[in-house]
Amino acid sequence: MAISMEEVEHVAKLARLALSGEEKEAMRCQLSDVLEHAHRVSEVDTEGVLPTSHVVPLVNVFREDVVRPSITPFEATGNASWAEEGAFRVPRIL
Amino acid sequence: MDIINLDALAIAESIREGEISAVDATTAFLERIREVEAIVNAYINVSYEEAARRAEMIDAMLAEGRDPGPLAGVPIAVKDLLSTRGFTTTCGSRMLENFVPVYDATVVGRVGEAGMVMLGKANMDEFAMGSSTETSYFGPTRNPWNPDTVPGGSSGGSAAAVSAGEAPWALGSDTGGSIRQPAAMCGIVGMKPTYGLVSRYGLVAFASSLDQVGPMARNVGDCAALLGVIAGHDPMDSTSIPAEKVDYQGRLDGEVRGLKVGVVKEISSRGIDEGVLERFRAAVSKLEGLGMEVGEISLPSFEYALSAYYVIAPAEASSNLARFDGVRYGFRASAEGEDIWEMYDRTRSIGFGSEVKRRIILGTYVLSAGYYDAYYGQARKVRTLIVKEFERAFRTYDVLVSPTTPSVAFRLGEKVDDPLTMYLSDMCTIPVNLAGIPAISLPCGLSEGMPVGFQLMGPALGEATVLNVAYALESELGFDQRPPIGRS
Repeated sequence: MAISMEEVEHVAKLARLALSGEEKEAMRCQLSDVLEHAHRVSEVDTEGVLPTSHVVPLVNVFREDVVRPSITPFEATGNASWAEEGAFRVPRIL
Repeated sequence: MDIINLDALAIAESIREGEISAVDATTAFLERIREVEAIVNAYINVSYEEAARRAEMIDAMLAEGRDPGPLAGVPIAVKDLLSTRGFTTTCGSRMLENFVPVYDATVVGRVGEAGMVMLGKANMDEFAMGSSTETSYFGPTRNPWNPDTVPGGSSGGSAAAVSAGEAPWALGSDTGGSIRQPAAMCGIVGMKPTYGLVSRYGLVAFASSLDQVGPMARNVGDCAALLGVIAGHDPMDSTSIPAEKVDYQGRLDGEVRGLKVGVVKEISSRGIDEGVLERFRAAVSKLEGLGMEVGEISLPSFEYALSAYYVIAPAEASSNLARFDGVRYGFRASAEGEDIWEMYDRTRSIGFGSEVKRRIILGTYVLSAGYYDAYYGQARKVRTLIVKEFERAFRTYDVLVSPTTPSVAFRLGEKVDDPLTMYLSDMCTIPVNLAGIPAISLPCGLSEGMPVGFQLMGPALGEATVLNVAYALESELGFDQRPPIGRS
């Protein structure tokens, strides 16, 4: 399963990663190896087999909707590199 | 008293009996850390002052006749992907180099309530992605048995700390073998519990359907005791199993006669080094000597477990790690005049290391249009087959066994540029995570002078039996060797 340079670039864009030319080339070679191995899953006969996303047989875990103590806006923004008055600052969006 | 060579429960007893103080215990380990950290690098941050203060507080409580918890004053190392309120939690990444959580992970809260003293945050592969602790932004951890070799990973710091006497026990996490594989390579005991037995609240997510926190210790008794502390339902984790609390340590009696043990063919022969197989087979015959019935079982889907894992885990990781965008926490790369899209791209490109980027790209690829069914859909069906094969096996056998790793610890740098070879070092441990069942690794001897791990697997919530078989085997094997580091 060789992966092309264009595919690496496309996926990097989807994942919001800006890779250098060198990184892209290394990524292309290494991912081709890994994908070849991963593609072995297609050899398995899975006719009529349901997919497993999760192994614990729990569904709809509910709790009462009660007010509890929470962190303050100041704490919530305390780890941001740029925050003001309990809000996150970002560069221009448009 | 040679405190750093005591096991954790012996330290707890010595403090309870007043033979040593909590300060004595913490000081002894902090001194040991100062002595060997320059070589081992098991910790990302050591909490010298906080640990000393907390030990003093516990001694004060004891002096006043108050109860600081059943394991009062016992030090512990905590893998650096578990949130610790007010203390840096880096996940081994530049992205979180200065991140200070505002709440404790549930397991961190529980070890604190039991009276333990956190010595520091243990080194790890970046975001737990790796099998050698070489992908840490803070430099690799070295194996105390031979500093030219890796400690395994991703919980390599936790394993090396326990092995080198820098902590009596530790918390790790295991997504594809990240507790058991480093435990094996460092000659200690490590357990991945049943998925949902231990809360994931405050564990920084890698692959949410596979991640599980677990104990790492010098022996099975300590491992069982630490599991008892951290296990149990937590309303803050919606995947937490509402199961009764079990006294795992109290149930260790070594009585295993008549239990059936199955050697898993697919992960106990081909691809395993001869030296590892020799120690493994010797340990299996010890199980027979204990009166267990040994058989061989073939679980054919295991041949595809690694492939399925390297679709499912990166897929979940690519989604989980989308949150690191430089806005709400962690590293941000900013430049004059740039827009938010450029900021995202640069932040993630500089903040993440190459293995993390590789997995994000891989995960994004297998989830992208045109590939989703062939990879992710199919991998989840293979996962179902693995779950069912385990279920069928446990109708006949009480426990299944295999070597924990295909080789002993490899040399630093040997596999770091060859991801697929690195991934293969988890071939024996990965099926367990896909099925969500419990498994333990315990040392079963040395090969080429390095520790070999023996893996015992049990059915979901079968921890007590797995631990008891491990306990019986441990006393039969009598493995009590310690690494040579810093010892005269």
